[in-house]
Amino acid sequence: MTVFLPRDLDEALELRDRHPGATAVAGGTDLCVLWPERVAARRDEWLDLSGVAELRGHEWTDGALILGAGTTYWDVIRDRRAGEELPLLVEAARQVGAVQIQTRGTWGGNIVNASPAADGVPVLMAYDAVLELRSRSETVELPLADFYLGYKEMRLAPDQLLTRIHVPRRTYDLQWFEKVGSRSAQAITKVGVAVTRRDGEWRVVANSVAPTVRRCRSLESLLAEGLPVSGPADLMGALESDVTPIDDIRSTAEYRLEVLARLLYWRLRDVCPSIT
Amino acid sequence: MKRVEGLSKLTGRELYVDDLPVDGFLWGATVRSPAARGRIRGIRFDDSVDWSEFTVVDHRDIPGTNAIFLIEEDQPVLAHGRVRHLHEPVLLLAHPRREELRRAVEAVHVDVDAEPPVLDFRLTPDRERIQYGDDNVLKRLRIEKGEVERALAQAPHVIEGVYETGAQEHVYLETQGMLAWEEDGVITIAGSMQCPYYIVEAFEHALGRTPDRIRIIQAATGGGFGGKEEFPSGIALHAALLALKAGRPVKLIYDRSEDLAVTTKRHPSRVRHRTGVDGDGKLLGQDIEVVLDGGAYVTLSPVVLSRSIIHAAGPYACDHVRIDGRAMFTNSPPFGAFRGFGAPQSLFACERHMDRIAAELGIDPVEIRKINLIRDGDSTATGQVIADGADRVQVLDRALDLADYYERRTAHAGFNAAEPTRRRGIGLATFFHGAGFTGSGELFLDSEVHVAGLPDGRIEVRTANVEMGQGTLTVFTSLVCDRLGVPAEAVTIAPADTSLVPNSGPTVASRTVMVVGGLLEKASDDLRTRTGLPADADGRAIREAIREWHRSHPGEPLIGKAKYEQPEHIHWDDETYRGDAYGAYAWGAYVADVEVDLRTFAVSVRDFVAVQEVGRVLHETLARGQIQGGVVQALGWALLEECKWRDGAMENAQLTNYVIPTAGDVPPIRVEFLESPYPHGARGAKGIGELPFDGVAPAVANAVAGATGTDPASVPLTPETVMDLILRQRPPAGSLT
Repeated sequence: MTVFLPRDLDEALELRDRHPGATAVAGGTDLCVLWPERVAARRDEWLDLSGVAELRGHEWTDGALILGAGTTYWDVIRDRRAGEELPLLVEAARQVGAVQIQTRGTWGGNIVNASPAADGVPVLMAYDAVLELRSRSETVELPLADFYLGYKEMRLAPDQLLTRIHVPRRTYDLQWFEKVGSRSAQAITKVGVAVTRRDGEWRVVANSVAPTVRRCRSLESLLAEGLPVSGPADLMGALESDVTPIDDIRSTAEYRLEVLARLLYWRLRDVCPSIT
Repeated sequence: MKRVEGLSKLTGRELYVDDLPVDGFLWGATVRSPAARGRIRGIRFDDSVDWSEFTVVDHRDIPGTNAIFLIEEDQPVLAHGRVRHLHEPVLLLAHPRREELRRAVEAVHVDVDAEPPVLDFRLTPDRERIQYGDDNVLKRLRIEKGEVERALAQAPHVIEGVYETGAQEHVYLETQGMLAWEEDGVITIAGSMQCPYYIVEAFEHALGRTPDRIRIIQAATGGGFGGKEEFPSGIALHAALLALKAGRPVKLIYDRSEDLAVTTKRHPSRVRHRTGVDGDGKLLGQDIEVVLDGGAYVTLSPVVLSRSIIHAAGPYACDHVRIDGRAMFTNSPPFGAFRGFGAPQSLFACERHMDRIAAELGIDPVEIRKINLIRDGDSTATGQVIADGADRVQVLDRALDLADYYERRTAHAGFNAAEPTRRRGIGLATFFHGAGFTGSGELFLDSEVHVAGLPDGRIEVRTANVEMGQGTLTVFTSLVCDRLGVPAEAVTIAPADTSLVPNSGPTVASRTVMVVGGLLEKASDDLRTRTGLPADADGRAIREAIREWHRSHPGEPLIGKAKYEQPEHIHWDDETYRGDAYGAYAWGAYVADVEVDLRTFAVSVRDFVAVQEVGRVLHETLARGQIQGGVVQALGWALLEECKWRDGAMENAQLTNYVIPTAGDVPPIRVEFLESPYPHGARGAKGIGELPFDGVAPAVANAVAGATGTDPASVPLTPETVMDLILRQRPPAGSLT
């Protein structure tokens, strides 16, 4: 097994280019989940990004919160301004595993691990986060909402690294995140949802109900148009065109859809005149 | 009294089997069946591995009988010719390096011609699936009292119900593990276990050795809950076979995934009730059928079934009772001992059914229990007359009082009317648990304990009963200190090492304090008598007398001894299943207050009250810990823990997908003890280890029923199950089929 230990971003990008098959690692927490299957023993090349200073930390600019891909959940939890301006980031971060995971797991890792159950991704997507993808030759930006193609498939070229995440600083008149796991803490999400509203424009993002974290565009337009809703069942049509939950080891398709509709209905009833 | 081993556990100095220092050892691993049932066509070894580096053991390397000695000898140590469940051990490998061992396990292919397996214990098997006797029934038992058919025919109301409970994994913190080596012709084991002498017996049969060439040492054990009762015999044999063949020590430690997938679980159950009652809810006849999933070998299922049916009628007086029990063969890894040992399953059904009867008759669930609870002079289903001075109605009243039961019930009605998405309910269960082995079991165990006086005046306690987190060492120390009037520093507990301690029986069945503790008191008395002192001698005099004895008997051991003698009041007939099933019962009344989220269908327990009558509490902190721990473990069974099956074995064999309660899922658990001393238990104590498991699931399910207006008939009540109940409003009774 070979582990590459780049000291800076240039070296990381060069290694990424030369070793497209190497698995990138930052906090390593998703690897621990795979430990029983001994995945680590089967892969030959690893690219350890934890020593790359440029990927760490976050900064506030006039227009955005910029997260280095290696920023941990804990970094955001500890930033008071994040709790005030972009509270969903903190709420989601606090529900990822336990403190030990929160201090190691990274936002970038959560995005490129591409789990449909990722807890960090729905809130970023609901905030219209934009990804900065770099290779040795260029830097491109891509909205997170357009990043995923299918289960564990994403628009990330073999020579690219996710380097930064731009989260626009805006004011919202509604922002809400809810995670439903199999117990009250340290649980993998069975169904989760993040919602924002700004000037009548909605973002509804759900996880664990499709092969990827999914923006629910039909539901967003239903809400934007103010179509009347008088119970969870009235959201089902839109949701069924937005998401495709499955039965698996953790839950059932029926449960996921039913709960998603109920969470949305009961939360939005208080804030939308069209929902009664 | 301070916890004896508390500091070494707190500071990480305690040595569990994986920590034991040993030079030049090999790692062991197990090659397992890839199929639930079939004939082994052959075993292929990939050329990619240099097999000369490995020790390889199969059934031909077993010097004695290829069977794990227990009630029957049907379970092979290593499969020969056929396999009966997924993951059944077929072959053993050992190698100095763990990674290579792992790869080697994958390079062995067990080819099996598959045959049709039995994967559902509730279905009558067709002919080609019969694999035990002529009907796949591993054990059939019946309790009969009075004339139940006549009583039901005459009863004004007959109410039926079918209830089911799921499997449960023990999730002891320390997984199963054994270290084996041979020393001067003695095969020696150090490992995680509850019953060192069970392993001695298993070795006698499978290794064809006399006990003097077998030594079993319990290493510090990180939790057992029954999971380290019978299962360790097999893994200890595996480690020993490898060590004998390799001529080197072998360490065989399961990782969590292997442990979850292959080890025993709580028996799944299905219980049917048909109950005759009068208009007030007085029980007139109880017709009960208990069916357990036994898995692919007999193991302990007959005795689990026994305890299950003995508890199935609940702590109630009823003149006409019939309880039929069956343990069924299936092609699953055998189900095994787990805290409660069959009683939680049948008591779940009983207590859920009591609420159903109350609901159908429109009477208060408290009142139906009060009418029927056993009073002194009444008899149980086996005809055992209860006259222990305990007041079971008082236990219930105290629980209701502590829980503010009636106030909360009223408050919940208002809350539920006002709240759109939340429903609250309060539920209760009254129950009992017999301590010690069933019937004449303690007589057969023939337990012996020693309390030795050492030349320096210290006192050494010698038993085969183990500390596994529950506090055995501390309670044993305190019992001997009290009996002899000596300070704790003067008492040591010998390691549970079969070369040093007598066979005081297994550490199971809530028997350690009540039965073995009682023997320690007698052995302490015997020690004092041997020093020539009278019963009123103080500790200082006893210690001096011990030193003096040794001065006049140089080199001789001074040992106080006691052997189990059945109390005269116990009469049991194993043929008719009539009589005194247990020397003593502990009694409980638990109240759960729950909230159901109608958005997520999740049940959260807001408050829990646990009141029990346990004879005498010997160590308040440890006793409270046993109750709270049992409640938490049972909350997991009631609400969260669900084995998903594939080919008869656990598919969700990771703690990410088999979820147990976290601190965040646990309510305040308010524990109170009522005490009515049992004259034959240590200082009046009855067993408490298993009791708390029995009352939790029914109290929670009854609370969920109250909160949601549904009629739950099974646990675990996962959110998916609760959704099903609420959306479909399943009609009650028999509909689960």
